[in-house]
Amino acid sequence: MFSPARAWREFPRRYRLEASRCEGCSKILYPARLVCPSCGGREFTDETLPRDGKILTFTVVRVPPAGFTEQTPLPIALVELDNGARVMVQVGDVEDPDTLEIGTPIRLEFRRVSWDGEAGVIFYGHKAVPA
Amino acid sequence: MSVGIVGYGAFIPRRRIKVEEIAKVWGADAPSYKRGLQLNEKSVPGADEDTITMSVEATRNALSRSRGVDPADIGCVYVGSESHPYAVKPSGTIVAEAIGAVPEIHIADLEFACKAGTEGLFLAQSLVKAGDVTYGLGIGADTSQGAPGDALEYSAAAGAAAFIFGADEDRILAEVVDTYSWTTDTPDFWRREYMHYPRHGSRFTGEPAYFRHSMSSASGMMKKAGLEPGDFAYAVFHQPNGKFPMRVGKMLGFTEDQLKTGWLSPWLGNTYSGASPVGLTAILDVAAPGDLILLTSFGSGAGSDSFVFRTTDKLPEVQELAPQTRPQLDENKIYVDYGTYAKLRGKIRMAE
Amino acid sequence: MREVAIIGTGLVTFGEMWSKSLRQLWTEAALNALEDAGVDAVDFITVGCMSSGLFTGQEHLVSLLADELGVAGVPAMRVESACASGGLSLRAAFAEVASGLADVALVTGVEKMTDVDGSDATYALGTAADQEWEGFHGITFPGLYAMLARIHMAEYGTTSKQMAQVAVKNHANGLLNPHAQYHLKVGVDDVLGSTLVADPLHLLDCSPITDGAAALVIASVERAKEIAGDRPMIKITGSGMATDTISLANRADLSELAAVRLAGERAYAMAGREPADIHVAEVHDCFTIAEIMATEALGFFERGEGGPAVKRGLTALDGKIPVNTSGGLKAKGHPVGATGVAQVAEIVTQLRGEAGQRQVQGARIGLAQNMGGSGGSSVVHILEVE
Repeated sequence: MFSPARAWREFPRRYRLEASRCEGCSKILYPARLVCPSCGGREFTDETLPRDGKILTFTVVRVPPAGFTEQTPLPIALVELDNGARVMVQVGDVEDPDTLEIGTPIRLEFRRVSWDGEAGVIFYGHKAVPA
Repeated sequence: MSVGIVGYGAFIPRRRIKVEEIAKVWGADAPSYKRGLQLNEKSVPGADEDTITMSVEATRNALSRSRGVDPADIGCVYVGSESHPYAVKPSGTIVAEAIGAVPEIHIADLEFACKAGTEGLFLAQSLVKAGDVTYGLGIGADTSQGAPGDALEYSAAAGAAAFIFGADEDRILAEVVDTYSWTTDTPDFWRREYMHYPRHGSRFTGEPAYFRHSMSSASGMMKKAGLEPGDFAYAVFHQPNGKFPMRVGKMLGFTEDQLKTGWLSPWLGNTYSGASPVGLTAILDVAAPGDLILLTSFGSGAGSDSFVFRTTDKLPEVQELAPQTRPQLDENKIYVDYGTYAKLRGKIRMAE
Repeated sequence: MREVAIIGTGLVTFGEMWSKSLRQLWTEAALNALEDAGVDAVDFITVGCMSSGLFTGQEHLVSLLADELGVAGVPAMRVESACASGGLSLRAAFAEVASGLADVALVTGVEKMTDVDGSDATYALGTAADQEWEGFHGITFPGLYAMLARIHMAEYGTTSKQMAQVAVKNHANGLLNPHAQYHLKVGVDDVLGSTLVADPLHLLDCSPITDGAAALVIASVERAKEIAGDRPMIKITGSGMATDTISLANRADLSELAAVRLAGERAYAMAGREPADIHVAEVHDCFTIAEIMATEALGFFERGEGGPAVKRGLTALDGKIPVNTSGGLKAKGHPVGATGVAQVAEIVTQLRGEAGQRQVQGARIGLAQNMGGSGGSSVVHILEVE
């Protein structure tokens, strides 16, 4: 859903990787929430995600959803960052997707994630690139 | 009061396409293009890269080299490009938001063909000099387009360079000694609103445009600053291909040694608003304290901005704090064929 | 809580039903179930449907469909749990009847998916994932299950070939099911040679886009004896529902489907049964890997043994625990909201001894497991014939 309002609301998380750490149990929440899913806590401190990590699992989407045709084939991975947080991100700059593996080290870089056709809003965020 | 660069960084995309690959599609004679333009290959942005994404990463590198400049203290951001992703809605606001420099900040996007970047640098350092901002950020970035089959398709490339200016003595890496601009109305290269590709005046873009303005700007700069070519350790010119910057440099009296460090176009292509700025970052990566550097850009339309920089002893301390330019150019390259290139550059007509 | 029995089933053929609208498919299935049950009035209707809004632009199904059936005025509830909407539809009605709020209920599920093109259908299905933190990046459902498959393969050695064998088995069963979308014989090489949709899943590892509806009539055991005393009494002895994190990034253990395990445990507990007691099961094979992981989560096999079990034929029609005798989502089709109800209809048919060539001999205790999204929710029912 290409909503400018929704995109704007998410800038701190998508552009600056702003997350929260639960004061009760230290779990990193990305995105931030009202309730910690681990301990039910309601108090949090601000934390920024690190940009280095590794691939936990991944796929290469070859039949894309609407809006992603230009980026097909699209490698997408579940990545574990150095502070333990897990995020789902596209994997960019991959010459041969067959070279990706569980454990491949990655770095998050600022990229276009999707865009609403030729005339709509562009959604920026981070993608993983092989480190 | 001295003003100078307190942080610098470049970003070059990983993909490349060779001149042979483009020539093959249009039945052109690759060796003669390579010889005539002194070009081998150029950078190609991914479908997920644009002026804004490259500007953000270049700025992050500049912040790393600034050793602790707080983005909130950056008082202005100027992004110069001729490929801003939006025709209306600034690239600068997205860059500023991404680095955390909003909301107390002046932002504007600039356009002046290939010299929009150096105009941004000029404005940023001017505001610092005037005392209006603590730090100013100027960026030159482009994912320029060349019309299919046109000569410019061999050189139009992508890259970005970002410079943070400030006035604190203990942060300055390269002082701005002086600046000079030489600008006229010269219709050598243009793109009308809503058109996809630029047009140019072929050979008219040479002597009356590139050479006349670059020569006048560089010689005017040296006269104003009371300097001669021999005083400089390095000189970097706008590099639309490999040939022009070498020729204009030599015409002005510079040697190949002075020119070669900033001379990236044979392997990078022409990154338009990024061209001479990215060349400058390659120089800063290796310059020693006390080196004088001449930067002379050129933008069609037409004009040329010159800067004289003098490096300080702080520079060697930061050169390795972020990815350097030459390794970004030479390493981890991904070569693409013309079909992939056309797909990535939006040259294929997609379904509505 | 009083006991509840299933006294009727009603299906329509699943497939690309171009000439039938959502309301038509639904009404046909509903009428079939009412006829099978021998009732013409119900106290309550439930409708399981994932997204009539995105697929057909129509919400407010309780009003629309009660009206279509000619019973406007009857209380009704629409439930949604992505692909588990059908199972949840039964659970909601089960609770209504077990609690005494209703005596006879019509349980339905429906989805009309082919009025939109493939890309819009993919978008609608994608709403079962985390829109903001998964869908935003361009992930599709095959992509999410592909990620789970890769972990299962790395951790347990599950192979693409074992996954393909799930498709082979389910298509073989589908050949024997007149209501199935596909009547195709499929071999392992066909699956592995079919186009990659999201590595490592191939086209034939994935269930299709389907139109369809399914219905059941349930009643308190007391009423069931009055209405249908001469037929075998099929009781719902266990009902379990569980949720799990919606996005894979927040799963505690990516190598299991915890929602299925928990829903199963709750159903087994209510029924006083164990996995080894189950004679026949319908399991949510939206993707071949899903069936393997679900059979493990339901306790039919140890963790990691689901793949080898398929290879050894343990889940075949003549195996130790036949899974998806209907053909599963793979061959029968997956009209999202209808699937959970159709699974239960198949178990009822098995327990009645009316499954013809698909009949599992001596089947008395059956299980149906329905799942939403990438395992974000699951509903399990256990049925037994007296």
